[in-house]
Amino acid sequence: MQFRKKDLLGIKQLEPEEIEVILETAETFKEISTRTIKKVPTLRGRTVVHLFYEPSTRTRTSFEIAAKRLSADTFNISASTSSIVKGESLLDTAKNLEAMNPDVIVLRHSAAGAPHMLARRVEAAVVNAGDGMHEHPTQALLDLLTIRDNKGTISGQTVAIIGDIAHSRVARSNIWALTKMGARVLVAGPKTMIPRDLDKLGVEVYNHPEEVIPEADVIMMLRIQMERQGKMLLPSLREYSKIFGLTEEKLSKAKPDVLIMHPGPINRGVEISPSVADGPYSVILNQVTNGVAIRMALLYLLVGGEKDE
Amino acid sequence: MSKLIRGGRVLDPANGLDDFHDILVEGSIIRSMGPPGSLDAEAHASTEIIEAVGLWVVPGLIDLHTHLREPGEEYKETILTGSRAAAAGGFTTICSMPNTKPVNDNSAVTDFILRRAAEADLVRVCPVGAISQGQGGELLAEYAELKEAGVVAVSDDGQAVMNSQLMRRALEYAQVFNLPVISHAEDRNLAADGVMNEGLVSTRLGLREIPSAAEDVMVFRDCSLAELTGGRLHIAHLSSGGSVELVRQFKARGVKVTAEATPHHFTLTDEALENFDTNLKVNPPIRSSKDLAAIHQGLADGTIDAIATDHAPHSTIEKDVEFDYAAFGMIGLETALPLTLRLVEQGILSPLEALSKLTCNPARVLGIELGLLSPGLQADITLIDPRREFTVDVNLFRSKSRNSPFHGWKLKGYAVMVLRDGKVIFRK
Repeated sequence: MQFRKKDLLGIKQLEPEEIEVILETAETFKEISTRTIKKVPTLRGRTVVHLFYEPSTRTRTSFEIAAKRLSADTFNISASTSSIVKGESLLDTAKNLEAMNPDVIVLRHSAAGAPHMLARRVEAAVVNAGDGMHEHPTQALLDLLTIRDNKGTISGQTVAIIGDIAHSRVARSNIWALTKMGARVLVAGPKTMIPRDLDKLGVEVYNHPEEVIPEADVIMMLRIQMERQGKMLLPSLREYSKIFGLTEEKLSKAKPDVLIMHPGPINRGVEISPSVADGPYSVILNQVTNGVAIRMALLYLLVGGEKDE
Repeated sequence: MSKLIRGGRVLDPANGLDDFHDILVEGSIIRSMGPPGSLDAEAHASTEIIEAVGLWVVPGLIDLHTHLREPGEEYKETILTGSRAAAAGGFTTICSMPNTKPVNDNSAVTDFILRRAAEADLVRVCPVGAISQGQGGELLAEYAELKEAGVVAVSDDGQAVMNSQLMRRALEYAQVFNLPVISHAEDRNLAADGVMNEGLVSTRLGLREIPSAAEDVMVFRDCSLAELTGGRLHIAHLSSGGSVELVRQFKARGVKVTAEATPHHFTLTDEALENFDTNLKVNPPIRSSKDLAAIHQGLADGTIDAIATDHAPHSTIEKDVEFDYAAFGMIGLETALPLTLRLVEQGILSPLEALSKLTCNPARVLGIELGLLSPGLQADITLIDPRREFTVDVNLFRSKSRNSPFHGWKLKGYAVMVLRDGKVIFRK
């Protein structure tokens, strides 16, 4: 099966076979990053624009490294240093970029659906690098790759996602990805952070981490955003950490071969205790490494393959 | 100048009339009505004959809820362009909401609106005044002055009245001047910064949610205050099944409450938002299929008295942006009639019931003598071709704005001729 989509907007639109192709392709790209000279000419002459309306270290760097290792020319535009601060709209920015003929626009935006709007208006392939609380498809793909690396398969695994589900694009993309690939998904978090009708997405919903930890083959902890305190969603980080954070004590009830994942950036001592984040079950840095391979694979599949003259 | 409308099927819900009748209009007044052919003798050489065979002849439609944007946002709509859109949609009377810039909370703004409407000389524009000064939600506006200037109701539409004491006083004070109070029922703390209905779709899309409870708690509060004060309450744009049930209960208790629903709320569900079309971003939000069914039920059993457009023009500046940043509102004057006729097609309403919600019922909400066909009354008459199919094309709209999600929809039935005070204000 070939990958024929113009854009990567979300996991929701992907077929399991397409996800499989992306993972397989990423597998073949991993090796490049271990070479002394980490560069192949695959995307030479291609232009990739990274348009970031939200702060990001990991995702932006990962995309940039991926593009550069494939020899693409890359440009970064971030909201704080561009005409965006002068009030230019997303569409105007995009039209201007389009006039310079980029092959790929990687967009990170705080508004859900922004990449979808962009994709309808530009010829370039649009890659969603996170849109509001909606999707973060490359994160879910790198998470799948990490689970498969460590467990051999995704189908049949029980994955617990713990934390602020409501405000998490990582959770949404992972719920799509994991359920499509045949995993069992358990979510746990305070009722204030569980969105309505979540169970209808094919996941089991709990409020206490203790209910899901013993069953999980994989535990994904979500970042808690500090500003949620002010919005009546939780009384204090202290209480959140105590009840919903992943500590050694809670982890003692887990399976012996459990994997601990976190999309980053970590709030040490809030949703995850330092000893767990750095402990033997953690594959958090493994996720980061896989992120580069996944993004290389996507860039290749979107513009590197059949379009090569 | 007289006109004889001949051979049409006259549907006049106020009089329970559904029969083939001719109507003779003399100047601005309906002079006589009678069986086909019976008025031929009254016509004279200069009488214009309007052939209405195959058409419905109905009272001019009345919209309780229109945003004309003038004064202040003339790039979205003006009183002239909004009036043209209304006439083309079959309306002869529209109520202009007060959230203009400046707010219509004084006679100067009311006078201005009425003067502009007179210059346009198309539909009758009935201004709605503000409940509170500047729609600020703190001090009552001067209802005596507003009433004298010509407002037909008061509302802080778009800015829900959060202060229950102010709402109570408005419902009391408005009675002195025989004005209904129109409630935009929304608990702004509960709605917060939500952009769509709370449910499975908002969960999927990761869009911030507005629970139906944000409407329900305020509908309950306002009905309760209407009961306390004896005031006349009209609930704007009902969107949730819970609110329909509350209105039903309070009506059964004899409280003076009426309600309206919009074509978008009785036609669409939140599933339509999957593609992030900002034209579907409205307040109150488009809700679930359960709410849709409850609104249909409420229309059918009379809980919902009127159909109103909440015509809310916005330009591409407000709409061609990310969903989160887009303004709330869609236009509706030019699609309301065919969308209402769809309810007839679906068997939810009879033709007379459907028309009552666009004619005599809104007139009754306002307490004005319009929306019916009787000799001696103003000749506000709309001729409808109920069977003609067409494809909605926003580029053909008379409105200055294009923010309709119904572009490309195949609909049936539209106004072919509209008379206000005997004057032809629209002809297809």
